[in-house]
Amino acid sequence: MYVIVVGAGKVGWNLARELLGKGHEVTLIESERRRYLIVEQELEHAVQYGDATELWVLERAGIQRADLVIAVTGDDEDNMLICQVAKEKYLCQRIVARVNNPRNLQHFKLLGIRPAVSATDLILRLIEHEVPQYGLVQLLALEGERLEIIELEVVDGAPAAGCRVEDIELPDGSLIISVLRGGKGFVPKSDTVIEAGDEVLLILDPGLESAITPQFTRNGAGPG
Amino acid sequence: MFILVVGAGRVGSAVAKRALEAGHEVSVLDEDPLSHEQLDKDLPESWEDAGGRFTVGTALEVDALLEAGIEQADVFIASTNGDNTNLVIAQIAQRRFDVPRVVVRVLDPARAAWYAEQGLHTICPTQHAIDLVERAALDPAA
Repeated sequence: MYVIVVGAGKVGWNLARELLGKGHEVTLIESERRRYLIVEQELEHAVQYGDATELWVLERAGIQRADLVIAVTGDDEDNMLICQVAKEKYLCQRIVARVNNPRNLQHFKLLGIRPAVSATDLILRLIEHEVPQYGLVQLLALEGERLEIIELEVVDGAPAAGCRVEDIELPDGSLIISVLRGGKGFVPKSDTVIEAGDEVLLILDPGLESAITPQFTRNGAGPG
Repeated sequence: MFILVVGAGRVGSAVAKRALEAGHEVSVLDEDPLSHEQLDKDLPESWEDAGGRFTVGTALEVDALLEAGIEQADVFIASTNGDNTNLVIAQIAQRRFDVPRVVVRVLDPARAAWYAEQGLHTICPTQHAIDLVERAALDPAA
């Protein structure tokens, strides 16, 4: 696979190194001269100097034959536009953009830049995973495929507590795929009994959360 | 008409003043509070007294665009000093807020041309300079 990575900061440099290690062909593009010279000592011809928001710089890097373009500069406008031209002008099949300011995520979506990865959001999700009082944690959203994976803690006294999986009233389009109990995870069968204190992972069609959470919280109340 | 100018540099502020003189409603958004001086300059009274609006804010912040009145705008002019910012906010104005007329300043001729093909009304000062210099230097009739 031929991959163009834009931005030789900590993310871009390490990404390029990893991809090279996996045997891919990589060109890393950096617009800051001093940074370029530092990275060039290690990556040599795999790094190019230039402003990748300029079309000729992308063309010099061979964007016409790139399988994947990853824009991870520290500037959201740059990442948006690099991915936009990669996708719409050079018809690159796959793009990945980094979102520096999570408030800009809406703009990435507006311009059709997907996936757009926000480190802040990822870390926030990890925190929520570690601090389960939020009740419901969205672990993964596959927007293109219209699927989500969520995690719920089964509250004492919830309708699902003490229930067999097959007896829990779940809407069509949702499925319990894993149960975490006492620090261990397993895939439940239809006759597995769900206990209070379990954490359950469900895969579902987006929008079903509100129909699912009452089964795992007390008195059918949604997460606070 | 209601005209929203984002970026009150030489071009943005001059266009804003002309539009106000011509009787339009004009709102200016700039992240630098000092850019207000560009608007006051050469005016007999302050920009606000002359009827203009000024908002301090970053163009990518939707709240700032809303405060500056993007929902009422008939015309949106992207004239910050950054091509990339201009190209992004112009597309936000066009696609998200359905502003009927969007004009965007792009210094890079190659991208000005490509984004024009995509339906943005780009103005490329560099391209104008190239054409003018070329004519002045090479056209025997000039």
